Amino acid sequence: MKVLLSILREYADVGEDQDVIATALNTLGLAVESIEVVGTAVEGVVTARVLRTQKHPEADRVTRVWVDSGDGIEKHVWCGATNMKENDVVALATIGTTMPDGRDIARRGILGIDSEGMLCSAIELGLGDDTGGIMIFAPDTALGISPFTMLEIERDVLFDLDLTRNRPDCWGHLGVARDLAAHFQIPMRQAQTFAAGKSVGPGASIDIARDDRCAMFSVQVISGIKVGPSPNWVVSRLNALGMRSINNVVDASNLVMLELNQPNHAYDADVVNSFRIRCAHEKETIVTLDGVKRILHADDLLICNAADDSAVGLAGVMGGLESEITDSTTVLALEIAAFVADPIRFTANRHGLRSEASARFERGVDPEGVRGAIDRFVTILSHTCPLVSLCGEPVVARATNQANPVAIELRLSEIERVLSVRLDSSSAIQILSAIGFNCVVNSGNRAETIDVQVPSWRPDCTIEVDLIEEIARHYGYEKIGKRVPKSAVHGRLSVFQQRRRQLRRVLLGLGLDEAMPSPFLSPGDLTLAGLNESDVLVIANPLVTEESVLRTSLRPGLLNAIRYNLSHRAQRIALWEIGHVYPRGSQALPDEAEMLCVLVAHADVSEAAKQWNTIADSLGIGANIEQSRVPDGLHPTRSATLSRGKTVLGVIGEIDPGVLAAFGIDCRVSCLEINLSTVLAEMAQPAQAKDLNRFPSSDIDLSFVLEDSSTALSLQRALRQAAGSQLVSIELFDVYRGTGVDASARSLTFRLRLQMPADTLTESDIAGIRDKCIGAALKIGAVLRS
Amino acid sequence: MASDTSSSSAALSAVVAGALAAMKSAPTTDALKAALAQALGKKGELSILKASLGKMTDADERREFGQLINSATEAITAASNERRSELENVERDAQIGRERLDVTELLLAPSATQRRGRMHLVTQSTERLEDVFIGLGFQIAEGPEVESDFYNFEALNMPPSHPARSMWDTLFIDADPQGSVVLRTHTSPVQIRIMQEWPPPIYAVMPGRVFRRDTPDATHMPVFHQIEGLVIDKNITFADLAGTIEAFTQAFFGSDFTSRLRPSYFPFTEPSAEFDIRRPDGTWIELGGCGMVHPSVLQAGGLDPQEWSGFAFGFGIDRMAKERHGVGDLRDMYSNDVRFLGQFT
Repeated sequence: MKVLLSILREYADVGEDQDVIATALNTLGLAVESIEVVGTAVEGVVTARVLRTQKHPEADRVTRVWVDSGDGIEKHVWCGATNMKENDVVALATIGTTMPDGRDIARRGILGIDSEGMLCSAIELGLGDDTGGIMIFAPDTALGISPFTMLEIERDVLFDLDLTRNRPDCWGHLGVARDLAAHFQIPMRQAQTFAAGKSVGPGASIDIARDDRCAMFSVQVISGIKVGPSPNWVVSRLNALGMRSINNVVDASNLVMLELNQPNHAYDADVVNSFRIRCAHEKETIVTLDGVKRILHADDLLICNAADDSAVGLAGVMGGLESEITDSTTVLALEIAAFVADPIRFTANRHGLRSEASARFERGVDPEGVRGAIDRFVTILSHTCPLVSLCGEPVVARATNQANPVAIELRLSEIERVLSVRLDSSSAIQILSAIGFNCVVNSGNRAETIDVQVPSWRPDCTIEVDLIEEIARHYGYEKIGKRVPKSAVHGRLSVFQQRRRQLRRVLLGLGLDEAMPSPFLSPGDLTLAGLNESDVLVIANPLVTEESVLRTSLRPGLLNAIRYNLSHRAQRIALWEIGHVYPRGSQALPDEAEMLCVLVAHADVSEAAKQWNTIADSLGIGANIEQSRVPDGLHPTRSATLSRGKTVLGVIGEIDPGVLAAFGIDCRVSCLEINLSTVLAEMAQPAQAKDLNRFPSSDIDLSFVLEDSSTALSLQRALRQAAGSQLVSIELFDVYRGTGVDASARSLTFRLRLQMPADTLTESDIAGIRDKCIGAALKIGAVLRS
Repeated sequence: MASDTSSSSAALSAVVAGALAAMKSAPTTDALKAALAQALGKKGELSILKASLGKMTDADERREFGQLINSATEAITAASNERRSELENVERDAQIGRERLDVTELLLAPSATQRRGRMHLVTQSTERLEDVFIGLGFQIAEGPEVESDFYNFEALNMPPSHPARSMWDTLFIDADPQGSVVLRTHTSPVQIRIMQEWPPPIYAVMPGRVFRRDTPDATHMPVFHQIEGLVIDKNITFADLAGTIEAFTQAFFGSDFTSRLRPSYFPFTEPSAEFDIRRPDGTWIELGGCGMVHPSVLQAGGLDPQEWSGFAFGFGIDRMAKERHGVGDLRDMYSNDVRFLGQFT
């Protein structure tokens, strides 16, 4: 929302120091995005007449223009614009001029032909945002004078405010001025109103067919209109505020909206003077002021000419083209209304048509602002239409179910409870009444309270704390003070969080880098990774289709990261991610779970085995390694499922070669995945100390030949069981394949350390255990290697 | 017999002289050992002379000669020890010379580099923030990233079609009814969840991933991270909010940083504020939003607004990491390029 200092000053004398005002605005919560000084006359720019133009055969992007700036001396300039023609009056920046953007106009040439100045566009002179080329003035404009003087442009300050949703009133200058006046503790200025005459004209009638959508609709018939150009000050203010001047009537209408947050519409009263507010019929159409034919929805509210029920406006959004005022209009019907906010927003969204009016209606306008808006409209028009007069009183129709003015009981104790500021009733009343809230001390009550009536322009205020916020804003946030509450709980991480941090450290110790791929996948990514894609959630409104599927596995994201890094010839690509996956569940929300995935390029399953051993050891996690359950997407003969009972804890192995090919990865990739929602939630019991054994230990080494179809783990289990309680540790310390061993088998050498808790092992004890081990091994097909 | 003695003495002198010479010239410890054995060994020259003692009948002569042999043994042993020490020094010097290694060569070798992994900048920042808040007496809460409309909007004082919902460009999950499941646009839903689950008083921060329908650019990502704080207790006021923001500012940024609150608007807090951090050089960082928990939000969390009051605050983690490490473009932070990840230990 842009506000001009000159307009603010018409409502309250806020001074001229733009920095003081900006600080005040920020303090009040009307955040200043930018401050721009506009309308500063540019020295050296003068009006000039175009004598003739000519294209140069070797420069097709520029035109040669000869101008006379009133001294009869012909000047030649090159010009990039093409919108001027002979006899037009234009703005010439003469040699030596410094433009607002800092450019110095010097005698520069193209193709060896000098340019004696520059023709200026409105943007270049800071006179609006018209991009249509250079500025062209009325043909009778005097030559050689400053266009700023001619246009009565005055220096002004433009504040661009980033308004919050709760301040609809500040969509007009009046609301901003009211806040500033209260802040500076100065009075509001009484508006200078033109005393319009009274005249007889056509009456107006209003029928609100949908009073659930329109709280108030009013029409004032105004005569004595002569449509023509606006005064310069109106044009320059509108320009500065980002609107273009159309004619005196439309400009007055727009200025009233910008000043008072009161969108309004002027109809030709000879075309329409009886109004009906109804919703559209399905497929009904209207051509709006912008010339677009719009097919309407049954929820779109229309303003219709009651005479023939034809639509003359899309309520709250934009007027219709047909009832637009014309140059011959002499009597107006000025509409000022208050529509129900939300449906206006829906209509504006449906038609992709957010207008200045709809932006205001969807936030809320003052339903009691009719009189002030009419007065201001007439006052602005009186500068060009001195005969303007009001035809009777405004016709005001209101919805039958009028909301009563909002009244709130404000407890002084509650102010203190929320703000820790103790205010007496007069201080609170002083703050609130300065911004238009009517306050009465409620002395009958035991506790001290104030009855507060909310002004009609503050629909955002409905409950007590809304008032307390107003008090806080005007009391000053900085004055409230700071104190640190003493926490009533012990600051700490949960067990889960502690274990997650421990896991992160272990992963870092393994030399693995944390990646953070997007949780959004492209349709087909999961299938490409060999995973089930049937239980995914899909984003209804993705930015791009490639990011429309919610991941159910961290793997595709990391595989993409590996491919990316391989393509950049990275040396070591060892990545992990801890993140959520979102498989569809039985409820509305997915079965969200936290997972760990570790992928290492140029590494086989042994890398994943090392990672699992380290993680399991550090976090005290146990799992069954089930190689018979091949996890989806992993190498069928080099992978296993990590499980505990029926619970799958994770997977370990290598990425399936087919998946690697599909992702364009040409090296082995090891893979470890662990469901952290399960394993981190487990509370590790503190380890209990065991007595140190003081008796000697003995080691025996046993080599067995075992078929590849049996696992090393099964043999280790058999040996462990056979060795019994004397076994202190068992370690697979050699695996041999080759000469002397069948091609479909390998030799596995285990080292067993034996020890008795309270005695020394004898040779025969050891021999007995050895025999038991050999026997147990044989039972599962492991033959002692001689 | 004198001639016997003198001839024996002469023989002894010769043995000693020969042995000393042999030791002195022994080139290695092994040669020295051999020379010593030749002189003093069981069948050595001195043992042979010693054996002749038995044949001596004169007691004086025998004693005198015995003493001579003892002296000779001592002299030879001393000479051997001296030579051994010399030889050992030489040999150790030689060993040390032989064993020279270039330590820098080893340091540069790939096998010497047990590279530690790198934590993502966002995780690093999150942990630092968590630690600061733990120090201020806060616990850490987490919640789901795919949320219901209720937790993301409705419970936060934004009933269906509330205009403030448009403050966030929401990504919706294709669900029935459409719009009932969203990717959370902020960490605030966790506020409601812990109000429902944890008995008050509550002092908690809630870090996590959030989602917006924003086209990625240098300063925006559709997926990013926030940390949210919530305090619910009796007699919590706006001054407690301002004080907590200040305490956090000084604990996290340094004691020469300060903070300020500016009025703003959020549907779930009132009064609401933006908070800015003032750097020691006087410039300001706009950090995040905060305010007193709105009575409707307390009610949605199952708490009586007349009994409990509280404040909430929240800000972005990614931007904080970006500033701290001078990352020019947020997209780099999510490129997963190991050349980028590797820069931040």
